[in-house]
Order: sequence, then structure tokens, then C-alpha cells
Amino acid sequence: MQPKLSLLDNALIERILEEAYQLMLKPGIKVQNAEARRLLAEAGAQVDEETQVVRIPEQITVKALETVPRVFHLYDYEGNPKVQYGGDAVHFDPGSSGISVLIPETLEHKTAETEDLLHIIKVAESLPQYDAQSTAVVCHDVPKDIHDLYRLYLVMLYSKKPIVTGAFSNQTVNAMIDMLAIFAGGRDNLRTKPRAIFDACPSPPLIWSNFGAGQLIELAKAGVPAEIVSMPLAGAAAPVTLLGAVTQHAAECLSGITIHQLAHAGSPIVWGGAPAIFEMRKGGTPYGAIETAMIDSSYAQVGKALGLPTHTYLGATDTKVLDMQAGMDSTMGFLVGALSGINMISGAGMLDSLLCQSPEKLVIDAEGIAMAQRMLKGMLIQSETLATEFFEGVNFKGGDFLKQKVTMQLFPKEQHMPTKIIDRDSIRGWKASGSLDTFERAKLQVKEILASYSRPVLDPHHEAELHAYVLNLAKQAGMEELPRLEKLKFA
Amino acid sequence: MSEEIEKLFKEMAQSIIDGDSDISTELAQKSIEMGVPPLDAITKGFVIGVNYIGDQFGAGEAFLPELVMAGEAMKAAVAILEPELLKLGSARETMGKVILATVEGDIHEIGKTLVGTMLSASGFEVTDMGVDQPADKIIGKALEIDAQLIGLSALLTTTMVRQREIIEELDKENLRPRIQVMVGGAPITRDWATKIKADGTSEDAVGAVALAKQLVGKA
Repeated sequence: MQPKLSLLDNALIERILEEAYQLMLKPGIKVQNAEARRLLAEAGAQVDEETQVVRIPEQITVKALETVPRVFHLYDYEGNPKVQYGGDAVHFDPGSSGISVLIPETLEHKTAETEDLLHIIKVAESLPQYDAQSTAVVCHDVPKDIHDLYRLYLVMLYSKKPIVTGAFSNQTVNAMIDMLAIFAGGRDNLRTKPRAIFDACPSPPLIWSNFGAGQLIELAKAGVPAEIVSMPLAGAAAPVTLLGAVTQHAAECLSGITIHQLAHAGSPIVWGGAPAIFEMRKGGTPYGAIETAMIDSSYAQVGKALGLPTHTYLGATDTKVLDMQAGMDSTMGFLVGALSGINMISGAGMLDSLLCQSPEKLVIDAEGIAMAQRMLKGMLIQSETLATEFFEGVNFKGGDFLKQKVTMQLFPKEQHMPTKIIDRDSIRGWKASGSLDTFERAKLQVKEILASYSRPVLDPHHEAELHAYVLNLAKQAGMEELPRLEKLKFA
Repeated sequence: MSEEIEKLFKEMAQSIIDGDSDISTELAQKSIEMGVPPLDAITKGFVIGVNYIGDQFGAGEAFLPELVMAGEAMKAAVAILEPELLKLGSARETMGKVILATVEGDIHEIGKTLVGTMLSASGFEVTDMGVDQPADKIIGKALEIDAQLIGLSALLTTTMVRQREIIEELDKENLRPRIQVMVGGAPITRDWATKIKADGTSEDAVGAVALAKQLVGKA
């Protein structure tokens, strides 16, 4: 039995949905994309072209919900389904779109560049806890017009895992889909076996910007999975109450799904988000706060009640270094997310409220994720009797269970064996191995991973085609040569 | 100063601290009826409250909702007193004219609005242009109203570069230091501000007021 956390009962979920539908009528949803307004108007919504406010009646949305796929998968480079969106499957990927990386030696938050993203990709590729890659940081050594697609380009060259990504403009999203199609062998194949999912964000409160709605429409038409990232900030850009924020989240997602399904019914879309409470001292968005996790868990429950695939942002921290708060924020997040049965939990590796990525944090987080994954397996019944049969031949002696064959067989199923990141040594042993704290141990592990990483073998024709495609866009953006990638030569 | 007026000033300050626009409005009207000079009502009454909340916020004792409500209460009181000032021909000496805008391609405005509230509560004349504003519009508006300061907000790493573009444009037109530029937003660091040759940046709205005062030479 997969253990579950439920913060809402059914009556409360119904109230949330009922009020969300009310919000979609009054004040309505501001839709700043003309095509989206046209689609909604044709479906029977009341559109005010001047204010761009659309009143969306419940029945239009209910119809849209009927055509959303309940389950779909993301595939790896070889075409194997590796990530399940839908049901209670739980996956983790690194948080994305950071702008800086933590330099472990100096603790500086350095503006991210190509090499930094490569480190993150290599570390995430090597850790089994991450079922998907993300386009984790923006590389500032390339022109901003290709910031979004350049990240995807690097992930495609250095990873075989599924990818959680997103475009920064309505133009580049199609370029990114084309890039994925090169590896998939065409857009049709990509639709059948999507490797990547794209985030699409409403703007709180209750706004679908030209960009956000544009993404929904392009993705729906292409049949490439979309992930709504609704981010009510409770107390600033959303009601201060956690339930108020969950309700606003529902209205933003329901309206987004409506636009998306009207653009192309049946295209895959995810009930996701990155809400937070609004921090009342400094005005920040604390992703490590327990209240943030409570909003996430609750909105996921609402999405599940509708039978939809889910996503959230948890496992990130607001602190700037890899200290105890980082551990508290992150592991608490992983555990809440996992117990809420959320299909994709993004956020690992991130510091400074999603601004900074850290490969060292990724390896530490992998241990937190492993613990959450163990918890998810729950209490296992692995033997005929729970205890009595184990006592055969045991004569009140402490070490006897170690001699049982069944102990050897079952301990790997009962216990997660952590890597050296987790210290359970004696003080003597700890001193003998250098008296290292978690951060120091993580630095060593990152070095080991980077030293042993080897780039996956990919079809050289595809690589060359991808490179040429991206180089062309780079040239249009004013960059003559892409940053040189180690040991990589393109025909 | 009569005891009655002294009591009124105290109540005015308190209405700001409590963030109560109804009471601050009421007290502003009462002061007019009592014949209190409107400038005194602002500087000896209401502003004391704004300063107090600002200090408390700086010390971590007051929080953003209190700060915003105080700003709103101040705005309400000034709205009553301003016409009286004009009637007397003694328009309130403002701290300076500020343009605020979120740069093109960016629609985030919580921080910017906060800064606007605090600046106007502190006596600046604030023109908030809203979000997604292109460089030429911002500069045009600044020239139109003869602003001394432009405050540029950006939350996205993809849009923060626009701050640099606007500063470069101002430099090209030789408009600095006549117009000075403050930059802000979650990804904005002191290093970034220096790198793009901004005149300053601040972590929060209270700091932005201090910076603005310093830039206009009224610190």
C-alpha cells in the first residue's frame, strides 16, 4: 500500500472546485492571447475584447476535462517509457531555469554558463533518483534569443533521460519541438513517444498572458505534453489563506486546460504548479516553507480528484549554502511531494528560492529522494508470518538474525542503502575518513561522478543535424560559433 | 502648539501605523476643519507614522502587509490634504519625481508596486507605468514629466538585460545624470547594478526609499 498524505477531505475538494468555477465567471480570466480568446468565444465563453477578460462557463471546462489523457509517458532516447504522468507514480527531476550555480570552493553564486549546465546534466544523468533531466540553468555565454533552446540542445547531447523543459517565447517553442523531432525521427514519432514536457505558466492572479496561452496552444497543436505551472503567491498575488491559493490555482489550471484542449482535444497536459506563500519580511517566495508544501499537496489532491496527471515544485531551499536549512527544506519537500503521489516533483539542486543550482546539492538531494522513495514503498509484508518464523533456532542471542539467510535476502528490500553522502559511521571511522561534513562528502561525490561520466552514444547523424539546426539559430541571434563542447566534433 | 493639535498629530501617526485609511482620511478632514496647516498635518502627523513603520520594517518587527497598509493610509490622507495645499498656493515640496516600470517582456509587479507605495508615502511624486514597458516609452515619459529618477523592475533573468538597454539608451542621449536609474527585482544583485552602470539598487522597498532620497540629495 502506497502511503498517502491527504490534507483535504472530499467536501473541501468540492468547495475548492466550486469556487474555482465561480472565479472563472467572476472576475473571469484575463486572456491576453487573441487566438485563445477566439477559441474560448467559439466554445461559448463570454469575451470582452477591450479588457481581455473572458468568462468561462463550467460546462466548457468540464467538456475539456473529458478529453485530457489520464495517463501518458515520457520516453528516453531509446524510446522506453521512463516517466509516468498520471496515477500515483512519483518521479523527481532537478529544478530548472536557475541563473547561477553555487561554486563549492568559494560559495559564490556564479552566473551560469555552458560548463555549469554540463556538470548538472552529468550529475543528474548518473543518479538513478532522477528519472528525468531538466533544463536546469540558463547559460549566459550564449545570446538570450537562444537561451531556452540552447539548454535543451546540451541536455539532448549529454543525456538519454526524459526532459522537463520550457520555452521563453512563442517562437522558440516550435524550434525546440523541431529539435526533439530530429532525435525522434519526425514530429509524428515525437507525438507518439514524447521525450520532453514543456512548462506553460499563467500569471497570478488569473491571467493567461500572450506568452503563457501561446505556449498552451502551440504545445496542444504539436501534441507535445504541456505542464501548467501555476504559481499563486499566497498573500500577494493570491489570497493569503492556503485554501484561497489552492482555489486560485485550480481556476488558473482549469482555464489553461480549457484553452489547451480547445486548441487540440486530447493533447496531454499536466495539473502542475510552483505556488508559494509570500514571505512577509522580504517579499520573497519561500519554496522551502511548510505552508508552500501544504499548498502543493492540496492542489495535487484537487488535480487527482479530477483524474489528472500532476506536477509540483518541491525539494528546493531558500538558503544560500548547503547548510542544515537546505537539508530541512529539501527533504521535507521531497517527503510531502512523494506522499502526495505527485507524478513529477521538480526542485532538487536548487538554492536561493530557485535562483541557484548546485551539483553538490543534487547529490545530497538524491539521498533525501531515496529516503522518500523508501517511505513510498511503505511497510512491506515479505514473509509468511510477521515475526514468529524468524525465531526458529534463535536462542535469545542478539546476533542470531544476522546468520539467517532470509536476513541476507531481505535486508536490501527493507533498507535503502545510502551512499557515502549519509554518515552513519562511528566517530572513529568518521575521523579516519577525514572528518568530512555532508557538503565536503558531496564535493567528493560530484568529482567522482564527473570523472567517471561518459557521454551516451547517440546517432552521429542526428547529433550533426541538431548541431547544425542550433548553430543556424545562434547565427541568427548574432553568435558565429557555439561554445566548444569537450571532445565533441560535428561533421 | 495646543494640546488638541498635538493629540491630533499623534492620532494621525497612529492611523498610519495601524494602516487604517478610513481614520487617516477622517483625521485629515478634521485637521482642515480645525485650521491646521496641511503641510504640518503631513510632516508633523502622518509622516511620523510612515517613518515609524519603515524603521520597524527595517528592524524586522513589522511586515509587508503593515508596510503596504501604512502606505495606503498615507496616500488616502494626502489625497485629502493636497487640494488644500494647492488652494493655499503652497504645494507640498516633493522629494522628487520618479518613474517606475517593469521592463519589456516582464509582467511581475509586486515588488515595484511596493516600492511605489513607499516612495509616495515618503513624499516622492510617483508615476507607475505598470508592466511590460519598452525603453522608448519609459524614457519618453521621464522626459515628459521631467523625472529625476527612473526605477526599473525585472524579475526574470531573461528580462533583466533590458535594464542595461535602457541605461545605455539614456547614456546615448546624454540624459544622465539628469535622470538617474535605480534597478531592482529578485535576480538583481549589487554586482549587476554596478556592471550595467545603474545609479543604485536595493534589496527592499524601504531601502529603495533611502536610495532614492540619497540620489536626489535629500537623504
